[in-house]
Amino acid sequence: MTTNQQTAPIVELQKVSKWFGESQVLHDVDLAVADGEKVVVCGPSGSGKSTLIRCINHLEHHQQGRILVDGVELTDQTRRIDTVRREVGMVFQHFNLFPHLTVLENCTLAMRWVRRMRRADADELAMTFLKRVQLSQKAASYPSQLSGGQKQRVAIARALCINPRVMLFDEPTSALDPEMIKEVLDTMVELARDGMTMICVTHELGFAKNIADRVIFMDVGRIVESGPPNSIFSAPTHERTKRFLSQLLH
Amino acid sequence: MAPSRRCDPHIDFKPVNWGSVVFDFNLFAEAVLGKPLAIGAVITILLSLAVSGVSLAISLGIGALATSHRRSVRWTISSYVWFFRGTPGLLVLLVIWNGLPQLVPAFRAAWFSPFLAAFIALTLIEIAYLSEILRSAYSAIDPGQREGAAALGMSRSQTFFLVILPQAFRVAVPNLINELISLVKSTSLATIISLKELMTVTQFAIATSFQFLEWYGAALVYYLVIVSVLTVLQHRIERRLSRGIASSKSTTTGRPDPVPGTQPS
Repeated sequence: MTTNQQTAPIVELQKVSKWFGESQVLHDVDLAVADGEKVVVCGPSGSGKSTLIRCINHLEHHQQGRILVDGVELTDQTRRIDTVRREVGMVFQHFNLFPHLTVLENCTLAMRWVRRMRRADADELAMTFLKRVQLSQKAASYPSQLSGGQKQRVAIARALCINPRVMLFDEPTSALDPEMIKEVLDTMVELARDGMTMICVTHELGFAKNIADRVIFMDVGRIVESGPPNSIFSAPTHERTKRFLSQLLH
Repeated sequence: MAPSRRCDPHIDFKPVNWGSVVFDFNLFAEAVLGKPLAIGAVITILLSLAVSGVSLAISLGIGALATSHRRSVRWTISSYVWFFRGTPGLLVLLVIWNGLPQLVPAFRAAWFSPFLAAFIALTLIEIAYLSEILRSAYSAIDPGQREGAAALGMSRSQTFFLVILPQAFRVAVPNLINELISLVKSTSLATIISLKELMTVTQFAIATSFQFLEWYGAALVYYLVIVSVLTVLQHRIERRLSRGIASSKSTTTGRPDPVPGTQPS
């Protein structure tokens, strides 16, 4: 397992295991992500990659092992979960925007109710993030009036609004039409260049080569291979990785 | 009153004779505009408002609990719904009005009025129907909404009141108003416990005048007006709540959606 030891890891998983009923979906997963590091997680469907990152903000409960986010261990205590969730932003495959709220309200909801910010302050801050994803002109629109790519960029802005130290991306471009993937990836690249710590589940190899410090390949609930994108993509050592990459490239 | 000999059916506020049909339009107009029915209508409306307000407030909570992962909670709620959906409203009214004082002496006092009895009986029934409507509305909300709110650090109650409830309410409004309309008409059952609402007043008037159609017609006018107001209200609320939804049915992309719980487009 490659771990970046220069600084204390901001996200740390120690021997994490998880079961859905009888079937084990994560087997003793160890992972440490350093502050500012960009990790891309890939693997075939059912390999546990989404489950893995959903455990990091406790949308899924792990049954064995430890998960620490910025030194705080995730347990079933609600207060700890909330503390961790304030440090971790998440972007979903299906955006999960709130359809009954405007773009601006989507961004400010957590700031106003979780961070208890005043409306004017929340609006102002949200607008700076909407500008960053180049959607400030859509602030008053409802999610249904946006294209898929715009929705996902709003979702990114919404996640940034809570001022997270880590961003999780769960297949952020998988539900998008091909012509919209680029605008979302561009936003993510920009975020990466700004130094955000990112853990992305994605099959966008170009994106991985471009920004990832490390690529993790998972299969049946285990981390099979891990390393810098060049070595993983050009010289995979594991048979399963080779097979997966050859399928992805054809 | 002697029926007019003319047979033409045009209306001129005199007793009209269409063959064998006699209808006194003067009496009908007096009945519609008169005080007794107006007071009866006020009681009907007050009873409907009180029952719908209280039962809606309770059902918002019960509907949410109905999706609880605790089996005992779900079982209790579904037994309640089963019981009050299965019992005729008339029977519930009679049991509350006549049976309750027999069971609990405190209810034999004068404060236990027909209005209160009707309120309790109809509220018990309405809770069963409304919580069932809201349960299905809550479960129609994409589970991704809860996750989206949770990932933002929102608590369960914040998620419920700010994210789930507004969306569930939009889904439920047509059925809720439908149920409310049916409630307005169910209040007429309270005539059996001599609550002086619209139907009781109507029957009192008929008992002294024997003018059936004029009074039935007048009562009908009141019911239709009340229901029309509710229908207009429904359209207003629906329009207000559908902001942001109307332009597109899907909240995700146009692609078929493989996530369970979301509608394939």
